[in-house]
Amino acid sequence: METPKTTEFAHIGKSVIIKGELSGSEDLYVDGQVEGSIELSGNRLIIGPHGQVRAKVNAKGVIVQGKLDGNILAGERVELTKSAIVVGDIATQRVAIEEGAYFKGKVDIQREGVKADGARPAAASAAAGSSSAGSSVMAAKTAINDGK
Amino acid sequence: MKIFRSSSDSAAQGTASARESNRLTRRSSSLGQLVKTLDSDEALCILDLGSTSPANIRYCTERGHKIYSDDLLLSSTDPSLATKDEAGNPALDSKRFLEENLVFPAAQFDVVFCWNLADYLDESLVKPVVGRLWSLLKPGGTLLAFFHTQEAGPDAPCYRYHIVGTDTLEMQLIDTRGDAKKGAQRAASNGFRLQRVFNNRNIENLFRDFANIKFFLARDNVREVLVVR
Repeated sequence: METPKTTEFAHIGKSVIIKGELSGSEDLYVDGQVEGSIELSGNRLIIGPHGQVRAKVNAKGVIVQGKLDGNILAGERVELTKSAIVVGDIATQRVAIEEGAYFKGKVDIQREGVKADGARPAAASAAAGSSSAGSSVMAAKTAINDGK
Repeated sequence: MKIFRSSSDSAAQGTASARESNRLTRRSSSLGQLVKTLDSDEALCILDLGSTSPANIRYCTERGHKIYSDDLLLSSTDPSLATKDEAGNPALDSKRFLEENLVFPAAQFDVVFCWNLADYLDESLVKPVVGRLWSLLKPGGTLLAFFHTQEAGPDAPCYRYHIVGTDTLEMQLIDTRGDAKKGAQRAASNGFRLQRVFNNRNIENLFRDFANIKFFLARDNVREVLVVR
């Protein structure tokens, strides 16, 4: 995945190190180091390929390309790309895990929160698999762009 | 103990329908039996001890189950576990290994996918890990394990297993270069080697604390075992 434009995301660069509570109301791209917690309840988080995060994460959607050590609570979806290294539990409606990703923890697909627009039940739409990963990335991007 | 022969002549034909050069598909009678449990309406708690498998996560979550993924073989290659025994020989710190792995205070499991872990795990870890798995399983819970037969030979490749059908597995050769990226230095230098071959008696002894054990014979020099706590 390409690095998102800085106008679309708040951007934490490779050389930045943050310790503490990180919260916001806009999409966030982390390619540096974060330790503590990340709270983006209605927005999306992307952990870039150089990102190293040791934090509890709460966001609408999460895409991990780098390292994450901590639990993920995502309202909509979580995606682990092939370079992802994730240690922690995932609770979300939909998950996509690309072939090659390393994951240690629990996946708990939340059945609640089915959208009123006729979306399939969350448990039935879990999409962990390499075949779906490419389109999943695009879907996430589209959703992010649409939200802006 | 009951012995069941694979139900189909076409079962376990490891070379059949290879999708990629390092991927093979095989029929699995034990999985076929376990699927009856996996397809139940009840939300199950499942532990997969193989390499991270998107296919297995998808298979389980699509059915409304919770799945824990923990690549125990890779975890056992952590260099910090290296120690020496009383005679000064290289050994693994099994006590520390169990302090750091297979710790699930909030979970007991209905199903554990052990795959071929016992064949490749360091000798010092096998019995402690099986003991821990007994305590992690619910009474009546089921463990699925594969064991090579003598005929497999010492260089039997180490596979990861993906569930691709109700009785079909995809076997993927473990890419130790990829694992090295994730910190498995020893795996990178040596690859995962078959550590031993269990015969039926060894397997029965290994799971002696469990209530029931069923053997499924396959054609690719692998015994499939379903063990019930």
